[in-house]
Amino acid sequence: MEKRDFVSATAGNTGEKVRSDCHVSLEIKKTGGIVIELQSKVKSMYGWHIYKLTERVLTFFDIVHADVRIIDTGALDFVIMARLEAAIKNATASDKSFLPDFISQNDYPTQRDAFRFSRLYLPGNTPALMLNAGIHKPNGVILDLEDSVAPDKKEEARLLVRNALRQVDFYGAERMVRINPLPAGMEDLKAVIPHNVHVVLVPKAEHPEDLVLIDKTIRNILKNNGSDREVYLMPIIETALGVENAYLLATSTPSVVAMAIGLEDYTADIGVPRTPEGSESLYARTRLVNACKAAGIQPIDSVFSDVSDMEGLTRNVTASRALGFEGMGCIHPRQIRVIHKAFEPTPEEIEKALKIVEAFAKAREKGLGVVSLGSKMIDPPVVKRAQRIVGLATQLGLL
Amino acid sequence: MGTQTQWIRNAAGRMVPAEVNGTPVIPFYGVGKYKPDGRKHAPKIPSNIDYPSDGNKQVPSLKEALIKAGLRDGMTISTHHHFRNGDYLANMIFDIAHELGVKNLRWFPSASFPCHEHLIPYLEDGTIHHIEGSMNGPLGRFASEGKMKGVGVLRSHGGRYQAIQDGEVKIDIAVIGAACADPFGNANGLYGPSATGLLGFALADSQYADKVIVVTDNMVPFPCVPWQIQGNYVDYTVQLDKLGDPEKIISGTTRITKSPDRLYLAELTARFCEVTGIIHDGFSFQTGAGGTSLAVGEYFREIMQQKDIKARFARGGSNKYLVSMLQEGLVEYILDGQTFDLEGVRSMAENPNHVWTSPFTSYNYHSKGNFAGMVDVVILGATEVDVHFNANVVTHSDGYLLHGIGGWQNCLFSKTVILPVPLFRDRIPVVVDEVTTLCGPGELIDVIVTERGIAINPRRTDLLEKVKGSDLPVKTIEALKEEAEKICGKPDKPEFDDQVIAVIKWVDGTVIDAVKKVKQKT
Repeated sequence: MEKRDFVSATAGNTGEKVRSDCHVSLEIKKTGGIVIELQSKVKSMYGWHIYKLTERVLTFFDIVHADVRIIDTGALDFVIMARLEAAIKNATASDKSFLPDFISQNDYPTQRDAFRFSRLYLPGNTPALMLNAGIHKPNGVILDLEDSVAPDKKEEARLLVRNALRQVDFYGAERMVRINPLPAGMEDLKAVIPHNVHVVLVPKAEHPEDLVLIDKTIRNILKNNGSDREVYLMPIIETALGVENAYLLATSTPSVVAMAIGLEDYTADIGVPRTPEGSESLYARTRLVNACKAAGIQPIDSVFSDVSDMEGLTRNVTASRALGFEGMGCIHPRQIRVIHKAFEPTPEEIEKALKIVEAFAKAREKGLGVVSLGSKMIDPPVVKRAQRIVGLATQLGLL
Repeated sequence: MGTQTQWIRNAAGRMVPAEVNGTPVIPFYGVGKYKPDGRKHAPKIPSNIDYPSDGNKQVPSLKEALIKAGLRDGMTISTHHHFRNGDYLANMIFDIAHELGVKNLRWFPSASFPCHEHLIPYLEDGTIHHIEGSMNGPLGRFASEGKMKGVGVLRSHGGRYQAIQDGEVKIDIAVIGAACADPFGNANGLYGPSATGLLGFALADSQYADKVIVVTDNMVPFPCVPWQIQGNYVDYTVQLDKLGDPEKIISGTTRITKSPDRLYLAELTARFCEVTGIIHDGFSFQTGAGGTSLAVGEYFREIMQQKDIKARFARGGSNKYLVSMLQEGLVEYILDGQTFDLEGVRSMAENPNHVWTSPFTSYNYHSKGNFAGMVDVVILGATEVDVHFNANVVTHSDGYLLHGIGGWQNCLFSKTVILPVPLFRDRIPVVVDEVTTLCGPGELIDVIVTERGIAINPRRTDLLEKVKGSDLPVKTIEALKEEAEKICGKPDKPEFDDQVIAVIKWVDGTVIDAVKKVKQKT
């Protein structure tokens, strides 16, 4: 038997519809130096740059003999880096990380009670959809490592999401990552947590102890990285058992700030089809809302999956708000506005909030410790909520 | 080729050749600086003696018509792009020329499409010497690699009319494909399987060409009305089975883009027009047929409905959306340059307020005015825009010539010109320090709308004033350029050989820029 004198691996995507991505084929050899073959529609503009970048990455991983074939469809550097690293790790099991710069625009915190009306799902292995996501101003973006990533692409998606967290400007959106169910989710945490993740979405949540473990793991990673930022949790309930455990999940750790329901999986779990009117999931949804309210966290509704039916979405989100939900997932940027419109404060709410904020400002000016509006005393949480409403109204252009 | 090119620096600072295909050309003087003198070109005086007294000019085949028209080496053959990417006619003409062994033809289309890739072998074997007209897709690539025997000349729709009228291009044989015609040669684009609405792009050809052939797949007895093309200009008529592939000639129905990024751009553009008061009662607008432009029209509609505003006229490219605005009374007139869907064709045939136009009425710069300048706002595209607001529509940043000018240059005379463009495509910045090819001078371009900010030309102090205090994301064009480079990295400039492969004419026939052969690397 002849012994192979090379190891090979691939990473990334290519194909007719693929854009802003690249596919890397790597053969690590014993001799022959580095040979890079680049096929790219931006070759005349960035070819030299891509060669240099590829050499830098290979050198970083101590690779001196390799054939690299890159099919590029206009990938940005952070994508090329992630694809190269994924191929290299696939071939060599290196535990080093080649990190792109963390852009300063991404260094912002979130808050426990941030508005979470909309959160836009972004498939974790599809760079083209990430680049402009923040432009559409969702409250949050979710870089998804779970269902939108094929099982054999999990590892490369982790690296891509990690790099995106460092390089893509999400224009102030809350930065969320949906991890895989445990145990795979642990690998996800290791890869992404050090890069300013605000909220971790935990799918198919059923057992409170899983959330405790995830929380602990996150804290450890943060501590090792010297970060004092909070990372919050949003469990997603997608099973009958999850619904039964809703309150336990909501109160499992103080890091849980919101809880969502995933109705595709839930209806499958209870063995009925999902209908537009949703009577089959009414119990689960109201149970979830109640558990969240009891625990003092935000209940978040499932996504509406027909992206072309804006009227259906409007009906859905209006009903959702009426049940007590405070947010909904989006799978297309066009859904964001409709969802915001439904959850955003009404003119009456804004007017009231403005009065409270004004009264608070006056009281402070006068050095008063107590805020009152007319004959009514205003508690600090009410002021805080009013400030949030005013802030949100401003953010939404309602003021 | 062969001989050394003599270069001149034109008023835009661009190096352009002193002659093109052996004929001296005039370098760009600046906007509104070059004035022609002399008289218009005139075709020979024909006489009824030479035409059948019963008015029947029909000949059995296209081949016979071309032979009768005297097809021979070195002639200029004109065609039109009403059939767009479904056109069979241009390909048939050159199949015949090839069969007859005719060489060195100059093809003078009003535009070419990817379906004309069929002609590449004829460019290679010398049947066609060069193309004067847009070179889309494969033909542009062929030319960019220096494979065309002569130098391409790109003109706007208005510039094409001007070049014919001024005698800059003398057409030997014009072949006009028409959806409907009679044996005398009256023709229109309204009725039949190849309906395209209008035949405006062929007007100049009918008036000035030496020989005119009208070809149709829907021959009706005299009179074919309305006669958008008048039979009195026509030498021969031909009936064919099919002029093109109807599905590719015109879309059954136009659809607005679903791309959230494009919709965002379109909405931002419409909001800009709302905030600045460009959308006001009695205003006029032109949006193209591209994905983003179409959507801009729809956002205009919303704003107009909300504020009870009506437009006096809209300049088409018509489509079902514009037609519905006409029907709802939001728009009083559509002045149509080309119809993009069947609903546009139907409306033009039925509604007297849906008016067919030609590059003469709308665009010709060498005339006593045209109505491009009367349009309040025009929404156009571009492949690149630079920090001086100059724009490029013909080449990509890699140097390849891949698009035509269309009416783009002519539309720049509108009162406000807005280019909604993405800040970058894949990783290619659209806002750059200097355009690869200059097609439109920055002094005529007012606003660049990108998803990451809006840049207003500093010359437009009025617009800058009007956006003050609004929540529109106004930035400088330099800031946009830097943002693009930060995201994409600074691209290397394409490398060119010295060989000129095409020149870009300005609306007055002067040369505003030249496109050179892209250096082929191995």
